[in-house]
Amino acid sequence: MAQTETKAGRFTARGPKGRPAGRVALTGNEAVALAMRQIEPDVVAAYPITPQTDIVQYFSSFVADGRVATEFVTVESEHSAMSATVGAAAAGARAMTATSANGLALMWEVLYIAAGSRLPIVMPVVNRALSAPINIHCDHSDAMGARDSAWIQLWSEDAQEAYDNVIQAVRIAEHPDVHLPVMVCLDGFIISHALMNLEVLPDEVVKDFVGSYRPDSSLLDPERPITVGPLDLYDFYFEHKRQQAEAMRAAAPVIREVAEDYETVSGRRYGDFDAYRLEDAHTAVVVLGSAAGTARFVVDELRRDGRRVGLLKPRVFRPFPGLELADALAGLDAVAVLDRSDSFSTMGGPLFAETRAALYQRAVGRANRKDSGPSSGSGPGNGRPLPITVNFIYGLGGRDIDPGDMRAVFSRLARVVETGDTGDVVNYLGVRE
Amino acid sequence: MASLREMAAAPQLFAPGHRMCAGCGAPVVMRQVLSVAKKPVVVSCATGCLEVATTIYPYTAWRCSFIHNAFENSAATMSGVEAAYRSLKRQGKLKGEMLFLAVGGDGGTYDIGLQSLSGMLERGHRVVYLCYDNGAYMNTGIQRSSATPRGADTTTTPAGTESAGKRQPRKDLLAIVAAHHIPYAAQGSPSHWRDLTRKAEKAFEAGGPAFLNLLAPCPRGWRYDTAQTIELTRLAVETCFWPLLEIEHGRCKITYRPKQKKPLTDFLKAQGRFKHLFKDENKHLLEELQNEVDDNWKDLESRCGEPG
Amino acid sequence: MVREGAGWRDIPRGGLILSPGNAARYVTGDWRTFRPTWHPERCIQCFLCWVYCPDAAIEVKDGKVAGVDYKHCKGCGICATECPDKAHALTMERDEGERGVEV
Repeated sequence: MAQTETKAGRFTARGPKGRPAGRVALTGNEAVALAMRQIEPDVVAAYPITPQTDIVQYFSSFVADGRVATEFVTVESEHSAMSATVGAAAAGARAMTATSANGLALMWEVLYIAAGSRLPIVMPVVNRALSAPINIHCDHSDAMGARDSAWIQLWSEDAQEAYDNVIQAVRIAEHPDVHLPVMVCLDGFIISHALMNLEVLPDEVVKDFVGSYRPDSSLLDPERPITVGPLDLYDFYFEHKRQQAEAMRAAAPVIREVAEDYETVSGRRYGDFDAYRLEDAHTAVVVLGSAAGTARFVVDELRRDGRRVGLLKPRVFRPFPGLELADALAGLDAVAVLDRSDSFSTMGGPLFAETRAALYQRAVGRANRKDSGPSSGSGPGNGRPLPITVNFIYGLGGRDIDPGDMRAVFSRLARVVETGDTGDVVNYLGVRE
Repeated sequence: MASLREMAAAPQLFAPGHRMCAGCGAPVVMRQVLSVAKKPVVVSCATGCLEVATTIYPYTAWRCSFIHNAFENSAATMSGVEAAYRSLKRQGKLKGEMLFLAVGGDGGTYDIGLQSLSGMLERGHRVVYLCYDNGAYMNTGIQRSSATPRGADTTTTPAGTESAGKRQPRKDLLAIVAAHHIPYAAQGSPSHWRDLTRKAEKAFEAGGPAFLNLLAPCPRGWRYDTAQTIELTRLAVETCFWPLLEIEHGRCKITYRPKQKKPLTDFLKAQGRFKHLFKDENKHLLEELQNEVDDNWKDLESRCGEPG
Repeated sequence: MVREGAGWRDIPRGGLILSPGNAARYVTGDWRTFRPTWHPERCIQCFLCWVYCPDAAIEVKDGKVAGVDYKHCKGCGICATECPDKAHALTMERDEGERGVEV
């Protein structure tokens, strides 16, 4: 474990209280493991899977060296990882796990139980393609498969954002209005294994920020025994699901509040999405995760050539910030939504479906509000037709997306605007025909 | 060793008003085991009859804390609860001792929950796992499990012209559990309540993982009159179909030896699920089943040594 | 205790039940076809009926078996079968009452 020891040494991030501890070079997995050490959950139950494995290994070394009081449960499967995490959370512990791909798929049943039981679990998901064929590299089919499980989903563009998201996730999950589990997504290998210089917070700042968890009920309180996970039939099940929907709705302002608080301790500002050079743009791409970095680079490049292009990168995918996102896109001529997974609906990928639904809802909402007063239709793009939207499925199984691909997307958008011809709505970017 | 009077005087953690069928064996074993829990206890239960019938929202029959997660993960769920206890205790956030009881039927234990059980035993959680074994998936309507005895007529091994019920013998779960070298594993029957509750006490005090395999007849699945539930478990023991034994730190011990071993048919003929075995064409099977029981008993005796 | 017909705002989140053992308020006695009768004069206080009852429906008062909880007894007859022959303190009869509950 000499290597781990050395790496663990780099995790010591100290600095004056309230000040960033400075820049350290960490991989995404190291950054996540560092955040977990600083959060110091009561219980972590995890199972190794590429490319998440490092997180488990680093965290094990923290336990082995007594740097955390965490009880680490080395379960025999991801199904048991999530099951034990549910048990621990119901027992009033702050509980975490982490996984990837098939591991997340194996947890599927229990993901719904964690959310349905309203347990504030935090789980980094190092995104990797689902089998078959088996593939260990990045795409988003794993987390997208869980998009309707009532987990909050925060997505990360790089190791910095992954680190920051994990810390914020704890506060979001445990907020009394929310009480839902949170998944923090980061791209396998591209983020998880790439070294990045990032700003990390001193341990005590993180501890202060997440605070101590005070559950309002626990299996371990003999004075107030509880029953968790009953048989809930047609007379109450629907009400419990309605509560869950409300909790997800309530999560939106909580996520913003937590981000504001986080900005005061970190100096880094996070919104539901990052709108990059979008104000005066004619065309833009919408993309999750690390590919947003590539998009940002190409946007800057094209801007230097005088092209009015922009980027919208969602950080929060569940709850989906649809109305705000639609407002941000409404004034554009054409938008390309990039999906790193296919829904196989033949109607495009999941991010595309959500984006189009949000734009449609905004348009319909405006029509419905036509005569309802001064506030109607006051957003950007008022009176203009909705942007033309096209979808590009890209990067499946870790297929690289480079600036050339991104330029091709913007060229296509320019052509769409010029000719008014959308062409194929659903496109596959970077696949050999 | 508590007397029944003392057990009855203790707080009853399993309330009436649950909706298990009349005459069900599962609540009997639950009541017996819980009545010797001397510290606050947390129960987890796999999906199944006991779980659904005791927690029909907004009612719960549990006076202690209870969690149901899913079918195959009672042991993993309780691993997490126990890990939380250890962590919070170490951090000084909890006071007092607690007991942890993970429960599953034979489907949730022998079959779908076997991996989860194995993981919990291997990791050494201080949890007692209780399997209430009624020998089939009773909750979904009497389908065979790997705990179903050979020859039993179930809805997925129906007796027919080409079939005499389930073909395979029961899985020897106790041996599988014992192979994890846990401090304590035992098999018990509610008929022999003194033996069963003594085993439950030992399990709770084992200081590590412990396992109880408890016979829990199902009047509908076994097809007999509800009043015969306990009598049937007694017959299961007296015929050596269900030996009472314990394995303590690897040492196997038969805890009850029938004075006069009864023929297996005494146990079988009392149940509708074995009725077809008494037809002329199946008589040879009765003989085979008797031989199986005799062989198992002999094997057990050789493992446990002579009575001492 | 959650009120019947309560809306989603008025019930604990996630199906959590905060009233331990509240099943005792639920009546299962009306499942019964046969009812046990306890004959106190013959009872030897062996408590076997108590330990074998699936429904926790044998009443115990002041450390003694004191009768049958008809609100919950489902009439399985285990108690009468297991009551020692020498005592015969529990007998089963067809339940002639209404299908409602007689406590």
